[in-house]
Amino acid sequence: MAAVANMPVSDLLKSFKLKTKQQELLIRVSILCLVYILAFITRLFSVLRYESMIHEFDPYFNYRTTLYLTQNGFYDFWNWFDYESWYPLGRIVGGTLYPGLMVTAALIYRILHFLRFAVHIREVCVLTAPFFASNTTLVAYFFGKEIWDTGAGLVAAILIAVCPGYISRSVAGSYDNEGVAIFALLFTFYLFVKAVNTGSLAWSLASAFGYFYMVSAWGGYVFIINLIPLYVLVLLITGRYSMRLYVAYNCMYVLGMLLAMQIRFVGFQHVQSGEHMAAMGVFFLMQVFYFLDWVKHMLSDTKLFQAFLRITVTCAVAVGTIALGLGMLSGYISPWTGRFYSLLDPTYAKDHIPIIASVSEHQPTAWSSFMFDFHILLFLFPAGLYFCFKRLSDATIFIVMYGLTSMYFAGVMVRLILVATPAVCLISAIAVSATVKNLTVLLRSKNKGVQTGSTKGSSSSKASSKALLDQSQPFQKNGAIALLFGAFYLLSKYATHCTWVTSEAYSSPSIVLAARGAHGSRVIFDDYREAYFWLRQNTPPDAKVMSWWDYGYQITAMGNRTVIVDNNTWNNTHIATVGRAMSSYEDEAIEIMRSLDVDYVLVVFGGVTGYSSDDINKFLWMVRIGGGVFPVIKEPDYLVNGEYRVDKGAAPKMLNCLMYKLCYYRFGEMLTEYGKPPGYDRARGVEIGNKDIKLEHLEEAFTTSNWIVRIYKVKPPNNRW
Amino acid sequence: MESSRFYFFVFAIAILASPALSDLLLSKVDRRIYLTSHIVRISSTLKVENAGPEMVSEVLLAFPEQQAKNMAYLMATPHEGKGKVKNPVVALPVEVANPKDMPPALTFFSVSLPKGLAEGGSFTFDVLAVFTHALRPIPEQITQADIQLVLYQDSAYYLSPYAVKAQSLTVKLPDSRIESYTKLENTKIHGSEIKYGPYENLPAFSYSPIAVHFESNQPFAVAQELVREIEISHWGNVQITEHYKLIHGGAQSKGEFSRLDFQARPNVRGASAFRYLVANLPPRAHSVYYRDEIGNISTSHLRGDSKKTELLIEPRYPMFGGWRTAFTIGYGLPLQDFLYESEGKRFLNITYSSPMVELVIDTLIVKVVLPEGSSDISVAAPFHVEQWQETKISHLDIDGRPVIVLKKTNVVPEHNQYFQVYYRFNKLSMLREPLMLISGFFFFFVACIVYMRADISISKSSASYLAKHQWEEVQAVIQQVQNIISRCLAIHDKLEASLRDLYRTGDIQACKAARKAADSVLKELSRELKPLLTTLQSSPSAAQILPKVEELVAKERELQEKVMVKHSTVVDGYEKKSGARDIENRVALQQQKLTALRQEVDDLLEFIDEI
Repeated sequence: MAAVANMPVSDLLKSFKLKTKQQELLIRVSILCLVYILAFITRLFSVLRYESMIHEFDPYFNYRTTLYLTQNGFYDFWNWFDYESWYPLGRIVGGTLYPGLMVTAALIYRILHFLRFAVHIREVCVLTAPFFASNTTLVAYFFGKEIWDTGAGLVAAILIAVCPGYISRSVAGSYDNEGVAIFALLFTFYLFVKAVNTGSLAWSLASAFGYFYMVSAWGGYVFIINLIPLYVLVLLITGRYSMRLYVAYNCMYVLGMLLAMQIRFVGFQHVQSGEHMAAMGVFFLMQVFYFLDWVKHMLSDTKLFQAFLRITVTCAVAVGTIALGLGMLSGYISPWTGRFYSLLDPTYAKDHIPIIASVSEHQPTAWSSFMFDFHILLFLFPAGLYFCFKRLSDATIFIVMYGLTSMYFAGVMVRLILVATPAVCLISAIAVSATVKNLTVLLRSKNKGVQTGSTKGSSSSKASSKALLDQSQPFQKNGAIALLFGAFYLLSKYATHCTWVTSEAYSSPSIVLAARGAHGSRVIFDDYREAYFWLRQNTPPDAKVMSWWDYGYQITAMGNRTVIVDNNTWNNTHIATVGRAMSSYEDEAIEIMRSLDVDYVLVVFGGVTGYSSDDINKFLWMVRIGGGVFPVIKEPDYLVNGEYRVDKGAAPKMLNCLMYKLCYYRFGEMLTEYGKPPGYDRARGVEIGNKDIKLEHLEEAFTTSNWIVRIYKVKPPNNRW
Repeated sequence: MESSRFYFFVFAIAILASPALSDLLLSKVDRRIYLTSHIVRISSTLKVENAGPEMVSEVLLAFPEQQAKNMAYLMATPHEGKGKVKNPVVALPVEVANPKDMPPALTFFSVSLPKGLAEGGSFTFDVLAVFTHALRPIPEQITQADIQLVLYQDSAYYLSPYAVKAQSLTVKLPDSRIESYTKLENTKIHGSEIKYGPYENLPAFSYSPIAVHFESNQPFAVAQELVREIEISHWGNVQITEHYKLIHGGAQSKGEFSRLDFQARPNVRGASAFRYLVANLPPRAHSVYYRDEIGNISTSHLRGDSKKTELLIEPRYPMFGGWRTAFTIGYGLPLQDFLYESEGKRFLNITYSSPMVELVIDTLIVKVVLPEGSSDISVAAPFHVEQWQETKISHLDIDGRPVIVLKKTNVVPEHNQYFQVYYRFNKLSMLREPLMLISGFFFFFVACIVYMRADISISKSSASYLAKHQWEEVQAVIQQVQNIISRCLAIHDKLEASLRDLYRTGDIQACKAARKAADSVLKELSRELKPLLTTLQSSPSAAQILPKVEELVAKERELQEKVMVKHSTVVDGYEKKSGARDIENRVALQQQKLTALRQEVDDLLEFIDEI
C-alpha cells in the first residue's frame, strides 16, 4: 500500500526535475549573471576606498564635455567652441573628440531620467566604465562560444571580468574612452567573426554598426581597420577564401567606412590617410579574387586561365601601386602619422616626438607589468594558441591573429595591454576549458564504471569490473585529479591576484592621494582639489592659468578657468612655449607669460610630502619639448655631467629657472623632516641648492596645505614713472 | 547738562522741533550693543510712561535709515525682572509705521502694547534689534600678517521720538584691544566694555554720533546664498540638503598668501582668517555628508549626544578676507521628530534657518519638498517670507513632488525659529512607488517569457523555418523515447531489487508478482514506443539521429531480455532450492553481459542527450 501511495509523489518529483539540458542552461545563465555582477562590483573598490569621483586626467575632460552635452543638447555640443582651453587659440571640441563615450553616458542619463531615476550625471559617468565592462563579459562569452564552445565562452567571461589589464582602465570613475571602446572593439570582432562563420548579411551589417560605434568612441579603431584586412588577407593566402568571407568583409568595410565618415574627427580619413589604405587595398583584392573566380568558372581551359590570371594580377598590382603613388605624391593620401610609426617601431617616439615619449603610459612595457596585468594568463596564452592551431578554423585563425598582433602592440606601449587583454583572456579560456574538459572526461568515464559496478549487488563482479578498468588506465585518474587541482589552484591564485591588484593598485583616483600615517591610519592628501577649488572660487572668471599640460583638463573641469595648454596635445609649439617659459629665467619667462596673457601659474611640487610625480621630476621633458621647438633651450644647460640634480651641485641655469624658483620658493625655510636641514626635499632626498629665492614678477597666491600645488599670481607691470 | 544740551543742538537731526506724537515719554532706557561677533545686536530695555490724558496703545521706535537698511531682525518682548521664573515670552507685535510729520531720514516701527496705557501708567519692555553688515573694516585691505580692524558707528543717545528721562549705553567688544573710540562726558572704559552715560532729560530726537574702531578677528562668515532643501519621505526620513555660497565678509586680503607663515604661526599670520565653521544639527541627525561641486571634503568632524549633533566643518582652504567658497552639507533626520498630525492634516514643524553658528545669510531660500500626491498645502511662518510653489521630479515620480519655496533676505541666527507646513497626504500613496517598481519588473519578466515562448518569425514558409520546426518536433519525439527508455531502465532496477529481496527474505511469491507487474508495464511501454519510432522514421530531419535511436531501442530490448532471463534463472534456482553459490555462479556470466549492455545503453542515452 505504502509503495502505491508513494508513486505519485516520486512521479511528481521526477517531472519537476529539470532535464540535463535545462539544468545546464540554468547553470550557464546563472554563472553569466554572477559574472556580470562580479565584473561590476569588483570595479567599485575605488568608490569604497575613496568616493564616487572622476579619476585621473582625461576623464575630467570627458566629464566636462558630457556635462555640457546634457545641459546644452547635442547640437550645441557638436558645435562647441571651447574658449577655456588652449588660450588664445581655443579648441573646436565637436570636431576634435570621439563623441561615443559622451553620447553613451548622456543617453544612459536620459534613459534613467525617462524612467524617473533622478541620478546625477556624475554618477552615470562614474559607473559607465564598470557597466560596459559587465557588457564586455557577455560579449566575451558569446565570442568564446563562437570560436570554441560554451565552456570556453564561460571561462572567457570569468577571466575577462577580473583581468587586471582591463580593470586598470575600467574601474568606477575612470571615465575614459577605453571604458566603452574595449566593449565596442570586442563586440565588433565578435560580430565580424559571426558574419564570417555564417556568411549572413545581417551579422555583417551589425558588425559595421559595431565598427561605427568603435570609431565614435576611440582612436583605437585603427587597430580594427587594419587587423580585419590582415585577417582577410591571411585567409586568402591560406586558401580559405569563401563566399561567406566575401559577404562579411565587403558589407562591413563599405558600410563601416561610410558610417565612420559621419564622425567629424575621423572625416574622410578612411579614403585619405595611409593608415586606412590596407583595408581599401584588401577590398579591391577581394573584388579581383571574386572576378577571377568567376572567370575560372566561365573558362574551362586551365592554360587560358593561367595566362589570364597572370595578366590580371599584374595589372591589378600595377594599378594599385600607381594609384597609391599618385595619391601620396599629390598629398591626397596623407602619410602615416607619428603615432602610428611609434606603434610599429618602439624607438621612433623617443627620437622624434618627445611629447609622446614623455607620457609614462606610452613607454615600452616591462615584463613585470605583463605579469602584473595578466598573471597566469601569460602562461595559458601559448597553451591556448596550441589548442587553436590544433583545431584550426576561420574563427580560431582570427583570434590567433588578434592575440599575436595585440601582444606585439602591448609590448610596444604599456597602455595597449588593454587591447591585448580580451584576446589573451579568450585564448587562455580556450586553454583552460579544453584542458579541464579533457580531464573531466577522463574522470567521469572512470567514475561511471565504478558506479555501475557498485549498483550491482554482487561484490565479485564489481571487483572484477573495477580491476579491469583500473588496469587499462593505471595512473590517469590520479593524474587527472592532480591536474584538476592544479588548475583550480592556479585559477584561485588568479582570482586573489586580480582582487588584490584591483583594490591596491588600480583603484586610486590619483586626484586624491592616500598614504599610511605613522600609526597606520590613513592620511588623505586632497591638495589637488583644494587648489582647483581655490582657483574656481577666488580668481576672476576670465583668469588664464599656465601650468604643464598634464593638469590642463583638471584645471578647466574642476577649476573652471582658462588654461594655456591641456592634455589634448595637438599643438606642439604651444606646449613648447610653456616649456620654454618654465625653463627660462624669471625675467625672460615674464615676457612669454605676458605675451600669453597669463594671470596665474600653477606648479605641482612634492618636496614636502615626498610625492614623486611632480613638476621637478617632469622638468626635463619640459626642457626637451621646449628645446625641440626653441633651440635657445638646451638640455645640457640643466644637467651636470649628464646628471639631473637640484642640490648645491646643480647647474646654475637649473637653480635659477622659473620652475625651480616656483617650486622651491620659501622652501628653504621649511623643515620637512626631523633631523634634516631646512629645505630638505623629500621627493628627491636632497637639500635644495638655492634657498634664497626672490620673485620679482610673480607672487605666491596660494599653496595647498601639503604644498603639493602652488599657485603664483603674475603681478601687473609696474607703472612707468 | 549744559554741554549735552549743546551737543544736542549741534548734532540733532534736522527737525528737532517736530511735535512729539503723543504725550509718551521714556523714563528709563538701558541699551547694550554687542559687537562681539560680526552680527551686531542691540538690546534695549525701555520704560514708557504716559504723561498725556489719552489712552496710548502703541509705542514708536525710530532707527536712522542707515541702520534700518542693515536691520535683519527686530523683536519686542515685555520685560521681566531678574530672578523671575521665565515663562514662555510672548513677543509684542511690531509693525513698520509711517507716522506723519516725521523726519524722512528715519524709519519707524510701532510696538503694540498688550493693553492701553492710561494716564500715568507705565510699561517696561525689551527690544532686540539685530543688524548685519554694520561693521565696516578699516583699513579695507589688509595683508596676511595684519589684524583686522572694524569700525562701528551709532549714537550715544537713544534716538527716539519721545523725550528720554534717563538713559545709559554699554558697548561690548570682543576683547580689550581698541584702536580708538569717541570720548564723550561720562565715558568709561572697563576691559572690553565701553560705557556711555548715564544721561538725563534729553528731548526727543537727541543724537550724538560715536564711533568705535576696534580689533575683531571673529569669523566674518557671510553666506551670500543658501538654498536649504527639506525633503520629506513618509518612509521615515526628513532629508535636509544645504547649499552654501560663503564669503569672508571682513577686510579684503591683499598681497601674498604664504602657506609657510600660515603653518608656522597661524594665529599671527592669518589671524583674520577663519578655518572652520560649526553647525549645531538637531539630535539624531544621521548620514551627514559634506561635499562640494568637485567632490567630498574630508575635513569635518561630527560629535553627537542626545541633545544635539555638532558638526565641525573646515572649508578646503583657510578663509581670508574676501575669499569665497561653496559647499553642500546634507543630513537625515527621523521623521517622527518633525512631522505631526492634527485635524486630519499633517504638518511639518522644523526650524527655518541654517544650523550654522553666527552666520549671516544674505539670501535664504528654503524649499520644502512634500511627498508626491500631497494636497491642500499651507504655510505658517513666524515672520514675513516671500513664497511660491514649484514641482520637483525625483526618483520614480510621475507628476513631480510639490515644493514650497520660502525666500527671505538678510537672515541671522535669530530667525532660526520653527515654521509649519500643513498638507494632506493619503497613506496609500506611499505604496505607489514600490508597486510601480514591482509591476515594472513583473512586466519585464512577462515580456521575457513571451519573447522566449512566442514564435516571432516573419516568414512561416521559409525552408529554414520549416526545418527548424521539424527539428523541434523530432527533438520532442526523441525526448519521449528517452523518457520511455529510462522508465524501462527503472523497471529493470526494480526487478533487480526484487531479486535482492529474494536473496534476503526468500519470498518467491513477491518476486513473481513483481515480475508480472514489470512484464505488463514493459509491454505497454513497448507499445507506446512503436508510434514514436514510426514518426521518427518518416521525418527527414531525423535521418541523422535515427540510427542511434534505433540502436538504443535495440540494445534496450536486448537488455530487457537478458534481465528477464536472469530473473527467471534466479527464481528457478530458488524454487529448486539450489544453493546460493550455485545460483550466483550461474548468473555471473549473464551479469557481466548485463553490465556491459547497461553501460552501452547509458552511453547512447547520453549521446542522444547531447544533440
